[in-house]
Amino acid sequence: MSGHAGEPFAELPVAPKPRLRRFHQARWDEPIIFEQSRPGRRGIAVPAPGVPAVELPDTVRRAEPPRLPEMSQLHVLRHYVRLSQENLGVDQAIAVGQGTCTMKYSPKVNDRFVTDPKVAELHPLQPDDTVQGVLEIYWRLERMLAEISGMHRVSLQPASGSAAIYANVAMIRAYHASRGEGERRDQVITTMFSHPSNAACAKTAGYEVITLMPDENGCPDIEALRAAVGPRTAALMITNPEDTGIFNPRIAEFVALVHEAGGLACYDQANANGLLGVTRAADAGFDLCHFNLHKTFSTPHACGGPAAGASGVSEALAPFLPGPTVEFDGSRYHLDADRPLSVGKMRPFLGVTPNVVRAYAWIMALGAAGLREVAETAVLNNNYLMHRILQIKGASAPWGRNRLEQVRYSWQELSEETGVHSEEIGVRAADFGVHYWTSHHPYVVPEPFTLEPTESYSKEDLDEYAAILEHVADEARRDPGLVKGAPYNQTVHRIDPSSLDDPERWSPTWRAYTRKHLS
Amino acid sequence: MTTDRPDPSRTAAGHPGSSRAAGGTGDPGRAARPGPPGGAAFTVGLIVNPVAGIGGPAGLKGSDGAGVQLEALARGASPRAGERAALAVRALLARRPDTRIVTVAGPMGEDSVRAAGGVPELLRLAPGDPSSPRDTTAAVEAMRDVDLLLFAGGDGTARDVLDGSPSCPVLGVPAGVKVYSGCFAVSPAAAGTTAAEFGRDAGRAGSTGSPTSTGGTGSTLAAEVVDLDEDAYRSGRVSPLLYGTLRVPAARARLSGRKVGSSAAAPGSAEAIAREVAARMRPGVRYVLGPGATTMAVGRLLGLDTTLLGVDVVQDGELVAADVTERRLLGLVEGHETCAVLSVIGGQGFVLGRGNQQIGPAVLKKIMASGGLLVLATQQKLAGLGGRPLLADTGDPEADALVAGHVSVITGHRESAVYRIRPATEEFTA
Ligand SMILES: Cc1ncc(COP(=O)(O)O)c(C=O)c1O
Repeated sequence: MSGHAGEPFAELPVAPKPRLRRFHQARWDEPIIFEQSRPGRRGIAVPAPGVPAVELPDTVRRAEPPRLPEMSQLHVLRHYVRLSQENLGVDQAIAVGQGTCTMKYSPKVNDRFVTDPKVAELHPLQPDDTVQGVLEIYWRLERMLAEISGMHRVSLQPASGSAAIYANVAMIRAYHASRGEGERRDQVITTMFSHPSNAACAKTAGYEVITLMPDENGCPDIEALRAAVGPRTAALMITNPEDTGIFNPRIAEFVALVHEAGGLACYDQANANGLLGVTRAADAGFDLCHFNLHKTFSTPHACGGPAAGASGVSEALAPFLPGPTVEFDGSRYHLDADRPLSVGKMRPFLGVTPNVVRAYAWIMALGAAGLREVAETAVLNNNYLMHRILQIKGASAPWGRNRLEQVRYSWQELSEETGVHSEEIGVRAADFGVHYWTSHHPYVVPEPFTLEPTESYSKEDLDEYAAILEHVADEARRDPGLVKGAPYNQTVHRIDPSSLDDPERWSPTWRAYTRKHLS
Repeated sequence: MTTDRPDPSRTAAGHPGSSRAAGGTGDPGRAARPGPPGGAAFTVGLIVNPVAGIGGPAGLKGSDGAGVQLEALARGASPRAGERAALAVRALLARRPDTRIVTVAGPMGEDSVRAAGGVPELLRLAPGDPSSPRDTTAAVEAMRDVDLLLFAGGDGTARDVLDGSPSCPVLGVPAGVKVYSGCFAVSPAAAGTTAAEFGRDAGRAGSTGSPTSTGGTGSTLAAEVVDLDEDAYRSGRVSPLLYGTLRVPAARARLSGRKVGSSAAAPGSAEAIAREVAARMRPGVRYVLGPGATTMAVGRLLGLDTTLLGVDVVQDGELVAADVTERRLLGLVEGHETCAVLSVIGGQGFVLGRGNQQIGPAVLKKIMASGGLLVLATQQKLAGLGGRPLLADTGDPEADALVAGHVSVITGHRESAVYRIRPATEEFTA
């Protein structure tokens, strides 16, 4: 061995690694899969079915075959591998930058369970007797979430957090209508830092929305609530801890005020990752709550769905739950669709079964003590990261350090000094291989950024993330133009976001794109 | 308002206390001189623009220029800047009785100091009668040995102060019609309190001028001086221009904060708010529409020719009167159930007393006894207040007290917020 002791390659011409990773995202200029289609190409020659053709009625028969992309197996595989390389997610990045989204690790073993034919090949219309296993999983997961929230029953039908919130508003509406107060109770109260889906769902359900703004402590102003509640109050729909990571210490008083006015209290528990096993919605007196299984309970977010939501309700509201519900008579599981007060279906069939299975497996693997440890670790990680972030010159945490599992920070000082905005810092951070998010609109915290480290990340991960932000903040001071011109190491440079606001141009599907842009 | 950092594009100062929009270099970090050792006197300069604000109640949207001032007097307005300056001096002396106050003879300061029970030290200056912007500038130039310069006026007066290149930090007592610059305290009493606090630390060597944005007293910040072209403003166009920056005590919460126009708000939101206002309008009730783009959208929705900057009265879908004076308005609300529809000044939170002085104390008392207030703002505007309350400052604490509490703020169609509103004076002297 010719090198220094312990450094066998010291004499090779290898430069030392810089402090920050020299990340570069893959750039493939990958066309959309439909653009790669060539007539006649195929991935697999499907054998003739061997059963007689069935005459379908004209109403369901396609006039022409669907225009699916025609490609070979290799090209399909390569396409999706390339797309995955052009992505930033939990599996390759330190994904603490999407605060409020609880981007934790989803154990791979749980994917094994859902790709197992026993789950993957289930048909939603199979008779109850042939799906006792999956019904048992639904039933047991419901009982677990009821225990975690303190609620009486839980529906696993909603396919997202917002769908669960909508299910809750629908139940609130049905509850008041059943008491003859539906017309009179036409207002829903929410807060500025509650997730905007609360206001949006209430409005979609026909309610007038009253928003409470934060007071000087960053919590919703309880005196404003006192002024807002009354005979027209249908419900309070509130997130806690709010998107700031601040836990409202007077939450029980909020609930009591709404109850005194005859309204219901509905808890958005999508931010429950710091609360598992610590406190429960029912303990604060809530009548309804919801979880996002694709956050706290580790199932994939699935790029906007289908994910999984869970709506929990008190005994008084149980008759209104979406359906059908899964029931257990002590020996057998069955579906109950005969529930006259039910608000109906939130989506077809039972729910997003693969995510229900994953969440069930995740909870079973951890147990009650493990869930509490998740919460404690998430809070600890967050407080460590906050300690690191607040050492960066120009970063601050409005309303102080009293945070649970996430923090909405501010670059106001840095921005006033350098003219660089939070969005630009986030784009530059992507050059170092991490994702970053600002805040919902409107920005209440100036130049916001929201970080939520969850329990998944190591101290080294958090140090690396903080070091990247520190570096970018420093760049902003030394060379604001550099930050404003980012990204440099990314798949694309900039995209023009204006089409997102223009129905004439936005295209959520290839068919829409073809119609709006290619015809 | 920006924090204490040199911004090469804008903040170049010829004098430690001020910086102009163009030209010069300087040392914006140094603010007040530390007082003499042994905690000796704190010296404040006071300059009053006696005609500031005179055009407001008269519906003239400003008071710049002798013609407008005469017109205001003819419309029955009385000067009130001196009175507001006295309120500030009273609050200052209550907290720091040993303050020396250097000022100009007569209505440009002396009268206010005496009215507040103080003993003025007079500069050797002979202002014109009536006084002019040149007198303000000359007074600023003569005040080289003060720790803090208080001036009473509006944005126009702030520009005159800027022209005098003050050598020390400056604080505005809001007394004009347009008070959009960041150098003003939220009310006269708040100006006095802020000055006293600043003085407490000005006596401590080394505590001033520290480049900090934490809001600790004694330190300073750069605040923008903006002004509108009054002729454009009268004809309905709002276009503030940045004239430069002044150094102000860093007691941030007590400064007005620069006005944020409503143009930054999401398009369509003014229309959504207007739809909600229209839906809430009841037959037989008179609605007093204050100035602003949002209230203007209400008029537009009703198909009425209401004004952007004036106060208009509508009822049952008809325009009862446009661009009224305080006097006229008092007659119009008399004997009618009346509701005031007011927008919020972005960044500052004023609902009453800025730009809508026509809705004076007497009018407000009548309105609060009948239809009350409908306040309009986008969520963005409320968010921009950073948790600070909405403010009322009609100049009459009794009238302001009537609106104190929580008010429903319409933020969109079938959307509202419940928000705290306080008399500006109370908010910062309690
Ligand atoms: C607090 C909170 N509530 C609700 C939601 C909505 O959940 P989803 O995105 O699944 O609709 C989110 C997620 O963004 C959230 O953070």
